[in-house]
Amino acid sequence: MEVTFEMIDDILISVLSGELDHHSSSEIRENIDQTYDVFKAKHIILSFEEVTFMDSSGVGLIMGRYNKARERKGKIAIAGCNEHISRILEMAGIYTIAGCFASTAEAVAALQDGEGGETWNAPTE
Amino acid sequence: MERTNRIKVEMLSRSENEAIARNIAAVFITPLDPTMEEMTEIKTAVSEAVSNVMLHAYKGDQEGPIYLEMETTESGKVTITVEDRGVGIDDVQKAMEPLFTTGDSRERSGMGFTVMESFMDKVLVDSSPGKGTKVTLIKSLDRVYGF
Repeated sequence: MEVTFEMIDDILISVLSGELDHHSSSEIRENIDQTYDVFKAKHIILSFEEVTFMDSSGVGLIMGRYNKARERKGKIAIAGCNEHISRILEMAGIYTIAGCFASTAEAVAALQDGEGGETWNAPTE
Repeated sequence: MERTNRIKVEMLSRSENEAIARNIAAVFITPLDPTMEEMTEIKTAVSEAVSNVMLHAYKGDQEGPIYLEMETTESGKVTITVEDRGVGIDDVQKAMEPLFTTGDSRERSGMGFTVMESFMDKVLVDSSPGKGTKVTLIKSLDRVYGF
């Protein structure tokens, strides 16, 4: 599992690729948190487009980043989930705390214009 | 009698073995020609069961054995057991509740058993505190092909 980063305004885009499990998620978590601090980002986008496997450790990863972003009044957006990943996230109720978008570009656009509520209540489709 | 196949693997409870465990499961069920979805479901359930051993059965830096045993029948029934000699679970019913976790609730989803239960037909948990836990995952693959 690898993670690469991009900053747009105050949004940290984390592009995950490979297999996300309990083993790989601990390193990824540290990586994201460090980068989030160094770049003083506010919002976090987690892109799952290149994730080839995910178990419930992905849920923990999103929950943890949500808590961290909330301290800075930031939001979490998730992009590019396949059906399998969506099923697990939905099971855990992740879509009540994080917006879900088909692509990273859509997630960026939503974060840039929507400074609205505390949570997303985004559609799960 | 129906032909069956069986495999037993003993591995150390190192977190890098999670990927190995689920990939062994994938290779083992491949001759049954599972759908991509069934394959992913089984891999995920195995990953959850094995992660639980690392996270809960053997805590911290403690390492112990994980016994992964798999059986398939010609008719497409897959039975997988993941067994450890760790601390055991005090209250199995509670442990299986969605969102329940004894770990760091900021980073742990508490969804392991819920994922296993929704991806498999049946999940059985047999645990003795202080002695270990055995999780049995059962799934019958869909043998009805389209067309």
